[in-house]
This record gives sequence, C-alpha cells and structure tokens, in this order.
Amino acid sequence: MFILIVGCGRVGSSVARAMLREGHTVSALDEDPESHARLEVGLEKSWEDLGGQFTVGAGLEAEALEAAGIDQADVFIASTDGDNTNIIISQIAQRRYDVPTVIARVLDPLRAEWYARQGLQTVCPTRVAIDMLETAVRDSTGRGNG
Amino acid sequence: MYIIVVGAGKVGWNLARELLEKDHEVTLIENDRRRYTTVEQELEHNVSYGDASELWVLERAGIQRADMVIAVTGDDEDNMLICQVAREKYLVDQIIARVNNPRNRQHFDLLGIKPSVSATDLILRLLEHEVPEYGLVHLLDLQEEQLEIIEMLLGKDSGVTGRRVGDLQMPEGSLLISVLRSGKGFVPTADTILEEGDEVLAVLDPGKEDELKVLFGPAGDGGISSG
Repeated sequence: MFILIVGCGRVGSSVARAMLREGHTVSALDEDPESHARLEVGLEKSWEDLGGQFTVGAGLEAEALEAAGIDQADVFIASTDGDNTNIIISQIAQRRYDVPTVIARVLDPLRAEWYARQGLQTVCPTRVAIDMLETAVRDSTGRGNG
Repeated sequence: MYIIVVGAGKVGWNLARELLEKDHEVTLIENDRRRYTTVEQELEHNVSYGDASELWVLERAGIQRADMVIAVTGDDEDNMLICQVAREKYLVDQIIARVNNPRNRQHFDLLGIKPSVSATDLILRLLEHEVPEYGLVHLLDLQEEQLEIIEMLLGKDSGVTGRRVGDLQMPEGSLLISVLRSGKGFVPTADTILEEGDEVLAVLDPGKEDELKVLFGPAGDGGISSG
C-alpha cells in the first residue's frame, strides 16, 4: 500500500518507520526540513535508501500534497501538531483526492468525537490517556484499609 | 442579531466595535491572553478569552443562539474549522470566513465555507483596476453561474478599433454587452463601429479571457493598450 503521512513528529515518524519496515511504500510530508532526521532515528541506512520518500511542505498546499503522491495514496495519516490542520487536511484528502482510508490525529476529545460522528476516522491520544488513567485508578488496591 | 466574532486582531476588533455601534449583540473571542486584556479594556464583557476551536468555548459564548459567526483569525485552518462546526454542529444560519492566504480559497470552497473574504484578493482586484497595463479588468465572477464579466479599454492600436461589431469574430462563449463612450453607455448592435477610447464590457465563460485579449489587443502583440 502507498501510505502518506503528513506531520513527522514523534507519532508520524514512528508510524512511518513501522510501515516502511512492513514493506509498504511510505511518503512523509513535513514543513520542517529538519524532521527528516527524526525519520532516520534508529535506522541503519538513510530513509531514502530504505525506499522512503520525504517532501518538505505544508499539508494545506495542494502542490506539496501532490508532490508527496497523494493521488496514489491508499492511506492518508494527518499527524501534525495542530488539531485543526489535521481535521481540515483530512477532509481535503477525502473529498478532493478520494483517498480510501483517511485517519486524523486529534488531541481534543470533543472535536475528535464530533468529527468521528461526521464520518472522519479520528485517533485521540488524549482519550486513550484518560481511559488508561481511569482504569489504572479503578484497578489500584489502595492501602488495604478501605 | 447575536454575532460571534472570532479573532481580536485588527479586523476582528474593528468589526466588533462597528457591529456594537449598530446595536448588535456581539461576543468577540480571542485566545491570546495579552491581546484579550488589551481589547477587554475597551469592549469589556463583549470580549471572551479562549480558543474558539474548542467546542466548549463556543458553547460558553452561546453559539446555540448565535445568528452569525464570523471567523477572522490569522489562521486559515482555524477559520475553516470554526465555520464548519458553527454551521454543521450548531446550525448557525450565517457564517463568514476570512481567507488569509488566497491559495487556500479552494479549500474553503471544497468544504462549502462561504462567503469567504480575502483581503489579498480584494487588493489584487483593485490593482488590476488601477493599473491599466493589466489591460483587462475583472469586474465580476459569477461562480455559481460559471460566468465572468470583464472590462476592456480600446487603444488606438487595438485590432478592433474602427471595426463593425457584427464583423468581429467573438470567441464562442463570449458576448459584448455594452460600450461606454464619452461617459455614456449603450448596448452595441451589429452595426456599431468601435472607437479608440471605448470601454467595452463582455460577459464570458471562465477561461475565455486570453482569447478576448488577443482579439481586442493591438494587432501585433496580442496585449491590450492602456490607452
């Protein structure tokens, strides 16, 4: 599959590496040229030598998305550090470029929930953290006296 | 009317002030603490602190009963999201969005966010009108109807000066609708002879501009004389 990842922070770069290792075609797009270095953390060869693609540009620029190969993408992942950016570019990927699978990272649980109901696949790390913390508290044993 | 304005920059602040003077009820939302404090000294309870792309901030501002939401922050993604949520989640009747980068206009259109206003676009239009070297002035875009109206000034060397309108080979999908001559306008007939200094208006399908430029420009280089 061709996977396009916009936003190469900790999350985006880790997913990009994992998908490349699993044999997929991976293209990463980020505004910051320095984020290329993050892609190569722990790799024995360069990102490009391993078959990865990297484009510098913003997720809202049609030229950048097209240069990064959005027209061929089977999967689009929006993982920039801006919730609104992720939500908007995901809708562009869905509606303008007909990407079959589009996933947006949204930190705000309220926005993640509402857009999920509108048909956008969202992943909300904050929601995951809340659930895990609540479970951890419920499962705790306390001092044993009440 | 109850109007929520998002973004207390120069545009938002002045807009909120004008709307208040016209006796509208206004809440201006600003997410920069320092800017909020400055604006609050003048607008007092009409300004609210918070990130308007957080749904609870919009709800606290009473978006459920708002008649209009105007998003004029400096960030196009924020403006798009706020307007989308206002219209689709809170069913606000009227939205207006500011486009900071004119290249993002296509995204506003794609998401159905309109009207959207771009200062850069407006200034470019003015520039085209004020700088006659551009030759052809874009007067109106009827986007829904897929038509444009343009104005052309005929120079001495224009290929159509002195010619009969009926003899012009107008490109398909274009039509001369009026001629302004010595301050007076009239609808040309086939027998009208075009003169130097005439300002002609044409209605056309989008994308026909270049063909018209060639026809109406100087016989030699295809541009239109500034007269």
